Amino acid sequence: MSETNIDIVKQGLEKRYGAEKRFRIYGVCAIAASLIFLAFLFISIGTNAYTAFQQTFIRLSVYFDPEILGDTTNKESLASANFPAVVKQSLLKMFPEVQSRSEKKQLTSLISSGASYYVRDMFIENPALVGETVQVWLPADDDVDMLIKGHVERGVEEGERRLNNNQLGWIEKLEKDGNIEKRFNKIFFTTGDSREPELAGIFGAVSGSFFTMIVTLLFSFPIGVAAAIYLEEFAKKNRWTDIIEVNINNLAAVPSIVFGLLGLAVFLNFFGMPRSAPLVGGLVMTLMTLPVIIIASRAALKSVPPSIREAALGVGASQMQMVFHHVLPLALPGMLTGAIIGMARALGETAPLLMIGMVAFIVDVPSGFTDPATALPVQIFLWADSPERGFLEKTSAAIMVLLTFLIAMNALAVILRKKFEKRW
Amino acid sequence: MKGKKIFAGLGVAAALTFGAITFNSNAIADSARDYISVVGSSTVYPFATVVAEQFGKTAGFKTPKIESTGTGGGMKLFCGGVGVQHPDIANASRRMKKSECEMCDKNGVKDILEVKIGYDGIVLGASKKSSAMNITRKELFLALAANVPEPGGAESVVPNPYKTWKDINPSLPANKIEVLGPPPTSGTRDAFVELVMEVGGSEFAWIKALEKADKDKFKSICHTIREDGAYIEAGENDNLIVQKLDANPSAFGIFGFSFLDQNGDKIQGTPVEGVVPTFEAIADGKYSVSRPLYFYVKKAHVDVIPGMKEYLKEFASEKAWGEDGYLSEKGLIPMPDDERKSFSKDVQTLKNLSCGDL
Repeated sequence: MSETNIDIVKQGLEKRYGAEKRFRIYGVCAIAASLIFLAFLFISIGTNAYTAFQQTFIRLSVYFDPEILGDTTNKESLASANFPAVVKQSLLKMFPEVQSRSEKKQLTSLISSGASYYVRDMFIENPALVGETVQVWLPADDDVDMLIKGHVERGVEEGERRLNNNQLGWIEKLEKDGNIEKRFNKIFFTTGDSREPELAGIFGAVSGSFFTMIVTLLFSFPIGVAAAIYLEEFAKKNRWTDIIEVNINNLAAVPSIVFGLLGLAVFLNFFGMPRSAPLVGGLVMTLMTLPVIIIASRAALKSVPPSIREAALGVGASQMQMVFHHVLPLALPGMLTGAIIGMARALGETAPLLMIGMVAFIVDVPSGFTDPATALPVQIFLWADSPERGFLEKTSAAIMVLLTFLIAMNALAVILRKKFEKRW
Repeated sequence: MKGKKIFAGLGVAAALTFGAITFNSNAIADSARDYISVVGSSTVYPFATVVAEQFGKTAGFKTPKIESTGTGGGMKLFCGGVGVQHPDIANASRRMKKSECEMCDKNGVKDILEVKIGYDGIVLGASKKSSAMNITRKELFLALAANVPEPGGAESVVPNPYKTWKDINPSLPANKIEVLGPPPTSGTRDAFVELVMEVGGSEFAWIKALEKADKDKFKSICHTIREDGAYIEAGENDNLIVQKLDANPSAFGIFGFSFLDQNGDKIQGTPVEGVVPTFEAIADGKYSVSRPLYFYVKKAHVDVIPGMKEYLKEFASEKAWGEDGYLSEKGLIPMPDDERKSFSKDVQTLKNLSCGDL
């Protein structure tokens, strides 16, 4: 019996099927591994972060003592009136047994040092409160917050805790009376940075990122698209355009810190623009995203089939009419996608901002392009470096906020592509 | 077409903003800045920010902007010149160097006020789960230097042969030497080298003699930290070191006292020469590994930038840097009473620093 060709094929068949099967398994393993890492990242950040969206508050009956406040008719002096004493007095009234000076200090440290500002703002809004007693929920100190959330164990020895036994006793009493409560952490979403974890918020950094991104978009998109159109549709193909193309591709791979140094040398030292301003941050990010946008835009223009161009030229359109009336609208979704992905990269960037002074402690929420500001990833970096335990969860929460923005931007890119993209 | 309109719109907007920026930038640089700009050390950063925040909320001025650039980087910016585009104050985790002062002088920054704000202890921390181990600076030098004196007693160095603490001193545990610490760019590392490695090395008489005779050799012996895995550079993030210590009870970490202060439930300070790093021990000078912290003020800006005087007053007030001040709650070790008084007088009189004193 002689072997026919089909027998040879059949003999090898099992091996070939096996190889294919193995390859598929490798593929599934690779995807599974990356999914596990992603899940691990999200779970570890998420479990740290979710507690940051709540904040421990203590209920106080605040008595606006006219004796402490003094002259309440004058708005100027009211801002510096002794509201901390008002808050302290209300807390001390709840624990009449606390008499010694050191114990009083321990007790009043349970409430956040920023609580008096909330009381002050409340009073300035409604000066008629003088002499009245009002029930207010005020933020607790970060040590109390950590204890209530269970990040610090109550069991450890007294000397090793930030709160001593007295303070634990008072907290337990407050808990029993329902005067201590975890509530939604509005502060986190509405204020700027602070050195007290319970008063620190993300809004300043979000605004800073917002202004930076606006500047980046305004500059990088028009310039990038114009450059891409010229290079792709109008420029002659010669050695110069080749050199430019190589350089643009190179720039896309340059480490971002280099753009920061460039920004420092050009925008700050040469043009004398202000340090730490979103304007300068945006310009530096523009330099960084431009190559990405140009490359993506050129790819989008290339993918428009020549038949469109020829048809337009054939019915008598000029070169410019052909580009702007026919090619550009078809290439626009691809360009937008490139721009959004470039912006998303810029949103997560800290290194170039270090050089131009946007890695800074800034409390006031920026309200314009030249106000000192910081950005979201910078805020994460600064909080991660703070010694207070309370900043651990804030760091994770800020990462969640940043990830949310990134996912939203990438999702927008996908949607735009799906909606407007034409396949040929 | 729609696309064209979008482009025209964006183009006009870009042109307008660009015009506005180039037009404005000169105006911005010339007009007064209405907030204080502070740069400098990342060690002073957590203290300066607390003062800035307090100041911003109560004094009726804008909150100062504080950049964490490192001491050296901050000095460079600070000494860049006089004018609103240059920072007003530089924080430092060591004293200003003579070369920096001269650079300032050359760039027109002639009048500088020096203020010491307090002390910071450098702590060798370990997990609470491990048993405390008493250590000397000499032992630390032997454990961490890249080259150590030949164990036989000859006056020459050999690559560090020690693998466990027991190899150095039989009374220490037989644990592997594993120390997590800051990288060379960090001010904490500079201070650690100066306060521990130099002092530890000088315990050997012949190395001490080198300090005078051959300064370069002295530095290369004392400043070079081993790179065979016993010393692990853990980055600038001290929080990370704390977390790693918690996971690995046999390791030690080098970081600032404020991190020990905040994480007392997880880590303990290792006694150095029998002194446990506590607030009191650092304040009265018993704990040897501590360093002073400073800030430097550009006097030419004091009357130009609104709030400068008030900010200095806030920093130099008892409620900030005093015994029970809010800075001590953040882990800053206050100066003794008379030192505080003398520096607060300097602040009031805006005493001039002369480069010759450095």
